[in-house]
Amino acid sequence: MDLISIALGGLAAGMVLFIVSVGLSVTMGLMGFVNLAHGGFAMLGGYVIVLAMSRWGVPFLPALAIGFAAIAASSVVFERLLYAPLYRASELDQVLFTIGLVFVMIAAVTLGVGPETQTVVLPEWLRGQTDLGFIRYRTYSLALIVTGTALVIGLWLGFERTRIGARIRAAVDNRRMAESLGVDVGRLFTITFAFGSGLAAVGGGLGAEILGLDPQYPLRYLVYFLIVVAVGGMGRVTGVFFAALLIGVLDFLLKIQFPKGGTMFIYALTLVLLLWRPQGLFGRRSG
Amino acid sequence: MSRPELAAARALAGRHRVKWWEVLPWVAGIAVFFLLPGYLAFGTQLLIVILFALSLDLVMGYAGIVTLGHAAFFGAGAYTVGMLAQHAGWNEPLSGLVAAALVAGAIGLASGYVLLRTQGLTLLMLTLCTMALLEESANMGHAYTGGFDGMPGLQFLPILGLFPFDLLYYRSQYLYVLVVLFVCFVLVRVLVYSPFGQSLTGIRENVLRMHAVGAPVRARLVIVYTISAAIAGVAGALFTHANAYVNLATFGLDRAAGVLIIVILGGYGRLYGAFVGAIAYMVLEHALAKAYPTAWQLGVGLMLIAVALYARNGLIGLGDALRRRVQAWSGR
Repeated sequence: MDLISIALGGLAAGMVLFIVSVGLSVTMGLMGFVNLAHGGFAMLGGYVIVLAMSRWGVPFLPALAIGFAAIAASSVVFERLLYAPLYRASELDQVLFTIGLVFVMIAAVTLGVGPETQTVVLPEWLRGQTDLGFIRYRTYSLALIVTGTALVIGLWLGFERTRIGARIRAAVDNRRMAESLGVDVGRLFTITFAFGSGLAAVGGGLGAEILGLDPQYPLRYLVYFLIVVAVGGMGRVTGVFFAALLIGVLDFLLKIQFPKGGTMFIYALTLVLLLWRPQGLFGRRSG
Repeated sequence: MSRPELAAARALAGRHRVKWWEVLPWVAGIAVFFLLPGYLAFGTQLLIVILFALSLDLVMGYAGIVTLGHAAFFGAGAYTVGMLAQHAGWNEPLSGLVAAALVAGAIGLASGYVLLRTQGLTLLMLTLCTMALLEESANMGHAYTGGFDGMPGLQFLPILGLFPFDLLYYRSQYLYVLVVLFVCFVLVRVLVYSPFGQSLTGIRENVLRMHAVGAPVRARLVIVYTISAAIAGVAGALFTHANAYVNLATFGLDRAAGVLIIVILGGYGRLYGAFVGAIAYMVLEHALAKAYPTAWQLGVGLMLIAVALYARNGLIGLGDALRRRVQAWSGR
């Protein structure tokens, strides 16, 4: 494989990582809540999308919208009923709760749908290859890159140019100060939690082609999502974006070049990066 | 002093004393040997997990170091014993335990010295990455570690030259592991009630204040991390001894997250939380996996959620709360 194809494949994988992880970064930055169940929402979303397409014949794009809406709505219920009582608990209780939630999600999907891997049937216009002039590449990967780029621009504008974005940034930087200025951080959290879970759901569906989709998904990719958040810096949209692309491209490249032990390099890199900048590449030191 | 103050002072001064009920776990451990001979294989695994959980409780419950990479030391100890037996012909079990403790302790010292400057998510990820690096090294170093398949069929000399390992009935393994667990438990118990242990609790509760009173915070954390790593290494060595094999499953996120769950479930920062958590988790998992092989995680997950939401400080905390309620009710 030549370098451009590797770069494109890695970028596509990185975009999926970004779409799934960005919500986790913002919610962790806002509340400091250790949400290990985030990948579970991505998996549930992926299943909603795949089943909507295969069982009810919904087309691809509306299925993505259904996945987003279903997971965003149900995550609000989860957040209000189950997460909220634990905001003031120690991070260990939060870890216990979210791992328990992952177990329940895994069991629910195994019982309800089955343990086998689900496949996404892409619509006609996303199959095959596209000629970019200098290279022909898989249309779907290119579509992922375009989608991810559009999303990060949209999120960046939302964070930098809207009132709610300003509130989120303020609360991430200094929650107490933001609260004393009248920002309702609790409600802000509910909104970002729902939106982030919805995005994760879309990421689960879009990424099923690359990451696969089966009940063990949330545990298998947990480490990747956490690495992306830790390297990017909590509560940093652009940080998560670049971290996801970095990890995605490196992972793709290493798996091709060194099929054995390629992941070792990712861990070593994360170790070095976090020792060099404990707050993440793009995070700010908290006061 | 007024009466409540006196009572509080007496409770503080006497809390290191051995209470009558602290005999019960060991009586139960010996009773299992005689009454449930069919469960000794499971019992041996359970005791090993208790020892591993105890080592994690020392750093997490007492010193407040949250780590997702504690299986690094378990695996290091397990592989030390396995590689010595396979390549160096060092089959003597007790000296193997010492070697495992030394190797795991050295890794704990080196990694703790570098990593313990950080905290929160960063520390979580750093410990996780350290463990993953060791796991990948064990996977890659095929010539020394057996790679993905590990090292099956290891041979060990009889314990103290008297008790051979019986892989069919697990009798000597069970007693061997029980004795090692007891020795390590006594060590940890002495440690947490010592001034050193008290300063760890201080660091957990308020690290700024401990800095302010001049406590050498980082040195204490590195020391307790090293001790804990050595104990985890002993647990790993026992795993290799009892099973006569070692493979990559001794490292890995599953084991590290599992032991973390066990400590939180039982109640962290309490010596017996490791016992209660390990028994509750492993017995439930064992029973559910037998009854519902596809969906055992449902029951375990629901238990974890319920404990996290309604029983702060784990199952032991739940017991404490019940006792207090009964006392308040009977005192009225």
